[in-house]
Amino acid sequence: MVFALLKYGLSKAYPAREEIPRTPDLKSHYDVVIVGGGGHGASLAYHLAKHHGIKNIAILEKGYLGGGNTARNTTVIRSNYTDQRSIRFYARSLRLYEALSNELDYNMMYSRRGQLTLSHSDGVSRSLRLRADAGNFCGEANEIVDRKQIKDLVPSLNLDIKGMPILGGLWHPNAAIARHDAVVWGYAIRACERGVELHQRTEVVGMDVVGDKVTRVRTNRGDVSAGIVVQCVAGYSSVVAKMVGLKLPIRSYPLQAMVTHPIKPFLDPMVSSTALHCYISQSARGELVIGGSSDPYELYNTRSTLELKESLAASALEMFPFIGELKVLRQWAGITDMTPDYSPIMGRSPLSNYWLDAGWGTWGFKATPASGFFLAKAISDNRIPEEIQPFQLDRFERFDLVNEMGATAASH
Amino acid sequence: MKIMTCPLNGPRNITEFQCHGEVHQQPDPATTGDKEWAAYIWMSNNTAGVVREWWCHTPTNFWFLAERNTMTDEILATFPIPADGPLGEVL
Repeated sequence: MVFALLKYGLSKAYPAREEIPRTPDLKSHYDVVIVGGGGHGASLAYHLAKHHGIKNIAILEKGYLGGGNTARNTTVIRSNYTDQRSIRFYARSLRLYEALSNELDYNMMYSRRGQLTLSHSDGVSRSLRLRADAGNFCGEANEIVDRKQIKDLVPSLNLDIKGMPILGGLWHPNAAIARHDAVVWGYAIRACERGVELHQRTEVVGMDVVGDKVTRVRTNRGDVSAGIVVQCVAGYSSVVAKMVGLKLPIRSYPLQAMVTHPIKPFLDPMVSSTALHCYISQSARGELVIGGSSDPYELYNTRSTLELKESLAASALEMFPFIGELKVLRQWAGITDMTPDYSPIMGRSPLSNYWLDAGWGTWGFKATPASGFFLAKAISDNRIPEEIQPFQLDRFERFDLVNEMGATAASH
Repeated sequence: MKIMTCPLNGPRNITEFQCHGEVHQQPDPATTGDKEWAAYIWMSNNTAGVVREWWCHTPTNFWFLAERNTMTDEILATFPIPADGPLGEVL
């Protein structure tokens, strides 16, 4: 026993599983090139390989797998939107998430918590009522709750915030959180098992366009030709689209978040306040995850500012005054690609073999399974499924927007 | 605290200012097609690098132009709106 342990300890060949394959050499051609190795890219690759038999796929990631906005969000999964088209899409994503650990045989640490959105004014109460009714109409559970019910759901919440007492709220029982790394790892592992190539530290530096087709994708490790190219680069959508000569209706802002040191579990639901620009949840580790609104001006920079962190802390303290003694353990920022209607851009581009998965603002993580599912179907059938039809880029030309500004807690 | 220099009021805390987006030229509504007009309304260069933008000092409602690097978060220059001549739009 002792010798076996010693032998194991000194051995150079640990029997550790290498689930994510090392980056292979680039081939000269792929049927599908996915630019961006985050949750959406991995999800798309998985669905193409699993359901549509397309296996000659390369995911090109400039950094490491899931190191971008997949690692920088606050992992909220919910479907309480305003427009029926969005509710149906996000509800589908929520259903896929509920079954995802089984589907991928990989633990997502999916945890159904419920989300409480607070109202501090009559105007917000009306918009919450609209969201509740719209959700219920589409078969998604939503409920308007009063102060007493809020107290029962979150006993530690301060209902009488000075100047803006809590009037009521929207209760969304199916909202959940999941481990963000596990989502992208799970998809990538199962995609790679089916023949997808994951190329980490492979930065796309340019693309050649001939006529209405992208013919070559140029990277820092060599060029490849591609049948179809899809961009899944949250945070850099405009930059990558510019490589093929496209302009998008996107403006990029940093969004800052932070976590406190871990404490005993006291907060089961996620709590978000539109008026305070703040949302809080307690992670499985016991840390309080605190997120807020985007920075006030456009930036491609993930630096943090004291002003934003101070305002996050101030809002969190208004809701939970007793957390004043807690220390901030980590803080970070992600880049959010904001669209004019706070809805994503999925589907075709003006180029015939270039597809978009962009404009994921502050709502990308919750859509990871559904965006991959529907986009894979669209690419394989060369026909846009009804579910993502409303989110195509040409909606702006038609002035047919899917307005979800009121349904994102972190609105400006 | 980040400082921005207002051409009228001098160096002030950046929280006193509002950014109103990139300077871009409005096409002539009389001769512009729907597609181009939609592009003018919605599309954005969203440049990663040096941009030229409209800013406003909120307390005094003074509008001016600024050049800023969106990669490094540096304000390179601020200047009043030229009395005549181009604003330096990026198309």
